[in-house]
Amino acid sequence: MNILVCISKTPDTTTKISFTDNDSKFNEAGVQYIVNPYDEWYALVRGLELKESNGGKVTVITVGEADCDPIVRKALAIGADDAVRIDAKPDDALFVANQIAKYAADNAYDMVLAGKETIDYNGAQVGGMIAEILSWPYVALATKLDMNGSTATISREVAGGVEILEVNGPFVLGAAKGMAEQRIPNMRGIMAARTKPLQIVPATELAKHTSIEGYTLPPAKAACKYVDPENMDELVQLLHNEAKAI
Amino acid sequence: MSILIIAENTQGQLSKASLETIGYGVDIASSMNTEAIVLADGKLNGDGGAGTKGAKRILVAENLSMSDSSQAAATIAEQAKSLGADLILFAHDEAGKNIAPRVAVRMHAGMVSGVTSLPDTSGGFSVNKNVFSGKAIAKVKVNSAVKVLTLLPNSHKKESQSGEAAIEQITASPTDSRVKVKEFVPANTDGAIPLPEAELVVSAGRGMKGPENWAPVEELAKILGAATACSRPVADIGWRPHHEHVGQTGVAIRPNLYIAIGISGAIQHLAGVNGSKTIVVINTDPEAPFFKAADYGVIGDAFEVLPRLIEAVKKFKA
Repeated sequence: MNILVCISKTPDTTTKISFTDNDSKFNEAGVQYIVNPYDEWYALVRGLELKESNGGKVTVITVGEADCDPIVRKALAIGADDAVRIDAKPDDALFVANQIAKYAADNAYDMVLAGKETIDYNGAQVGGMIAEILSWPYVALATKLDMNGSTATISREVAGGVEILEVNGPFVLGAAKGMAEQRIPNMRGIMAARTKPLQIVPATELAKHTSIEGYTLPPAKAACKYVDPENMDELVQLLHNEAKAI
Repeated sequence: MSILIIAENTQGQLSKASLETIGYGVDIASSMNTEAIVLADGKLNGDGGAGTKGAKRILVAENLSMSDSSQAAATIAEQAKSLGADLILFAHDEAGKNIAPRVAVRMHAGMVSGVTSLPDTSGGFSVNKNVFSGKAIAKVKVNSAVKVLTLLPNSHKKESQSGEAAIEQITASPTDSRVKVKEFVPANTDGAIPLPEAELVVSAGRGMKGPENWAPVEELAKILGAATACSRPVADIGWRPHHEHVGQTGVAIRPNLYIAIGISGAIQHLAGVNGSKTIVVINTDPEAPFFKAADYGVIGDAFEVLPRLIEAVKKFKA
């Protein structure tokens, strides 16, 4: 079972967000980068579990510049067999999806697993785009994946519940919570990651359809209004008359 | 030139997020002097409510399944081409996330997801979207001729009106034989409100000290007509189901009212709720970081404050 896992570099979940260059660029000063949690905790770990029970290989792939290498090594330390970095700035979803789809088409994979979205740009686009480019089925918001031969049973979040799908042949999936449990790399994994193969592939030139013009921070909240814990009638009145929330 | 709005059918009616997207598309169409056309799946009761948001025309494909992203994308792209649609809109929900990226590929379209504003066409075509899990807003320019947008729920207000859209039955593209829906498991059997659609949310965390203490949280939610939610630690230790977990790695919500009980307000939790219009925080610890993000704060023991709040709401409702 050959599994391709898409990973992305994102700022750590505790990062304070600010911008530079007249609010046109994300301020990277002092930012700690991690593997996007949905990619790491759910897509990668489930890929590793499937490999452990069925045999095969797990390759992680990212589109990014050399500053992505530490998070690629982290994915290798968790247990991926090898890694591919397509050397380009990942600033347009369709561009990124085309790069990964091309690599997946040139190498025989049984599935492509991605996180449901990244926690920085929250696009939730790349997985579905890869599937369309490859003409493979796509399952967004997948919470469970089991394999039986080449047939996958996948649970997916839908409005008002969970849908259970059966998918035959290669597919792409966007992994959400429930798929697997986070794994902490051990010392052996970290040592082994240093020598695992990381292949750097030049990107294919492609037009980009979107660009970010600038950023703003949400308006600051007014100071919290404290209500006497003995007087919940007052809170209810405030929520009704002032906030118009109830 | 026209706008195609994809709407999801839930038991004969269009979903709340879909209706909001129709209102958004109709408002764009009127400002751009063009036509907004809705496309929906399955057996719809009448126009499914599309007319109440100002839609005049709805295409209904009874044999279309939003679970089959290949079929849905092929159908939508075919209709978009024959209508000459240059703007295709989805809700940023389960169906939109499943299908919109495929449509963008088929239409060679630039795509922006989780959009929160009407387009700014003063210098091309730009929209705002939330980034960094709601901690910032990016203005994104789309350069392609055809554009695909998904609208973040609770981002566009349009009052309902009386009106009925003209219905045209169409036939969807062939299904993807590789994908079969085996089963649908409803999340709630007791008629509780699905979290992403809820206007009011009552949420609790480790401060409740154990799963056996959730009754007042559920009671408060019930009398308010609110959905229940929880923090990550509470879902991880199994006190509450995973689908209730709101936060950066759980569900992101934007209700009108979010009441947080016994949740300290870690930055990851705030990332999932910072789009809420009004936030009430109840916590024993006056230093809890959540108070900084709150509109109303109550410093007190949940086990004493909750029964009083329940009584106060009951009195108000009566």
